[in-house]
Amino acid sequence: MSWSETFRTAIEALLGRRMRSLLTMLGILIGIAAVMLTVGLGEGARHQITAEINKLGSNLLIVMPGSSSASGQRTAGVQSLTLEDADTIADPLVAPDVAGVAPMMGTRVSVQHGTRDWASQVTGTTTDWPAVRARGLVDGRFFTEVEQASAAQVVVLGPTTAGNLFADSPAVGQEVVMSGQTFLVVGVLESVGASSMTNDDDTVVMPITTVAQRLVPPASARNLQAIYVAARDDAAISSAHQQITRALTVNHAKTAADPDFSIMTFQALLTAMNTMTSVLTTLLAGLAAISLVVGGIGVMNIMLVSVSERVREIGLRKALGATPALIRRQFLVEAGILGLLGGTLGVALGIAGAAILTPLLDLQVTVSLPATLLALAVSLGIGLIAGTYPAARAANLPPIDALRSE
Amino acid sequence: MNALLQMTGVRKTYDTGVVAVEALRGVDLTVAEGDFVAIMGPSGSGKSTLMHILGCLDVPSAGTYELSGVDVSHMTEAELADVRNRRIGFVFQQFNLLPSMTALRNVQLPLVYAGVSKAERHDRAMDALTRVGLADRVDHRPGELSGGQQQRVSVARALVTDPALILADEPTGNLDSVSTRDVLTLFHELHDAGRTIVLITHEADVAQEARRVVRITDGLLSEDAGVPA
Repeated sequence: MSWSETFRTAIEALLGRRMRSLLTMLGILIGIAAVMLTVGLGEGARHQITAEINKLGSNLLIVMPGSSSASGQRTAGVQSLTLEDADTIADPLVAPDVAGVAPMMGTRVSVQHGTRDWASQVTGTTTDWPAVRARGLVDGRFFTEVEQASAAQVVVLGPTTAGNLFADSPAVGQEVVMSGQTFLVVGVLESVGASSMTNDDDTVVMPITTVAQRLVPPASARNLQAIYVAARDDAAISSAHQQITRALTVNHAKTAADPDFSIMTFQALLTAMNTMTSVLTTLLAGLAAISLVVGGIGVMNIMLVSVSERVREIGLRKALGATPALIRRQFLVEAGILGLLGGTLGVALGIAGAAILTPLLDLQVTVSLPATLLALAVSLGIGLIAGTYPAARAANLPPIDALRSE
Repeated sequence: MNALLQMTGVRKTYDTGVVAVEALRGVDLTVAEGDFVAIMGPSGSGKSTLMHILGCLDVPSAGTYELSGVDVSHMTEAELADVRNRRIGFVFQQFNLLPSMTALRNVQLPLVYAGVSKAERHDRAMDALTRVGLADRVDHRPGELSGGQQQRVSVARALVTDPALILADEPTGNLDSVSTRDVLTLFHELHDAGRTIVLITHEADVAQEARRVVRITDGLLSEDAGVPA
């Protein structure tokens, strides 16, 4: 008997019991779709986290005042970072793996333009800031070295800030008022979008000298909230980390074991988040896989019923010359088709589900080709495994018992 | 004439666990090529067991059974399947046609297991169905045919592989008298054409149609006087 005859016979047998075949496939269908969607969601979440962190700058290190203990608690209210620290880190002899340094002196202010009033975050920094934070401008320019040296009253607005103060009219060339002083808007930043961690679109950027002289009390005019450091590239992060640690412990006369500052990198955050996502995905996919096992048992059950119902047919086929191996093959192919067809429909449902969920969750639910092929292979495998026992039973039926049964 | 079937001292014991039932107690039977033999016996006589062994559906517990000079008593399931496929054509009381298939495909079934090509299968099945007078019914399913027609389809199926032996198990048991006549006429025609036929029945008038009648009682054979050829 040729394979094509085996397939033809199997398909006819399945079509002869259409409703039952469909219901049997349903178990595998749901299982495959559930696994594909869970894995797709996990994959999508990981991509989103990676993208969000890369947006913040994957080569970025943030030096913050105060140490963080092993449990992650930070000593609050410490004012240990100064402009001198930023200068030290910027020295290529001290930290050769550092490409750029942007100190940050911040304060909350109320910004006014005409009758409009908007509370925002001041970022006092240096001209390196756009490069270090990977920020661009949609309009105007960033402040210059000269303006920085002279503590000029110029500001660059975040897109949200500009929008709130100027609505749709251009902000560049206009003036805003903070703490009773007038500042000239020279540029508007490109939007990076609000992430779950920060809102980098709502800010007022100006020279650090301007902030120190005009917006903060003289007592805190030397203290930095943070120093943003760009490593040469992603690979140089850990060496830059070490160089900064060494330089700052010397500056502050502290030991490396007991620092009064901490350094945060997004790489560490990325790794932690990815680990968490993977664990969650694996757990959920495992739960979904249980439904696949149930689906497989369903296939086995129905195949057993099918063998019992077709005892006469099996007996006749044997009498006419079917060997046990051919009968086994017949039922295995039937079970395999049930599995593979269920899997194919499951993949289709998974892809449809991903297409529906993606806009709904605002999360790219990824259905990859390898995952699809794996799902199909798994569903075929489940069908074949589930079919093994029923097929063996059919193959081992003695032809006379089979013919005798009414 | 050459012996097509030769059974020597065939015994068949069914071990039911508590008692061993001896269905055949030393059967000797020789059927010559081209013969038409009826095996008669009441139910429980071992008639079915004999038919199963004759049809290579089962193997004897003791003794030998040679079909066309080949000992089949110790063959494996797969080897027996091959012997059944190539050497024996079955006609059953219940017809045993697959209800979902047309007459043509039912007749093709043994050829499928023989590995015959699609085109040849079609031609040979058409020939066999023409032979039994059903050339105009090839596309009908068993449910659309009368009992007599269904049995003629199964005779066609038995013929299609050109087997050495046609083994009919109560072939008229489910048929009315007209269809019975029909099928028996067909057997006569096949016999006249040189086929070897073994017909198992419990009806005396059906058995009388054969050239030779063998009776089975309590697992032992006895022979009627041969009808003159």
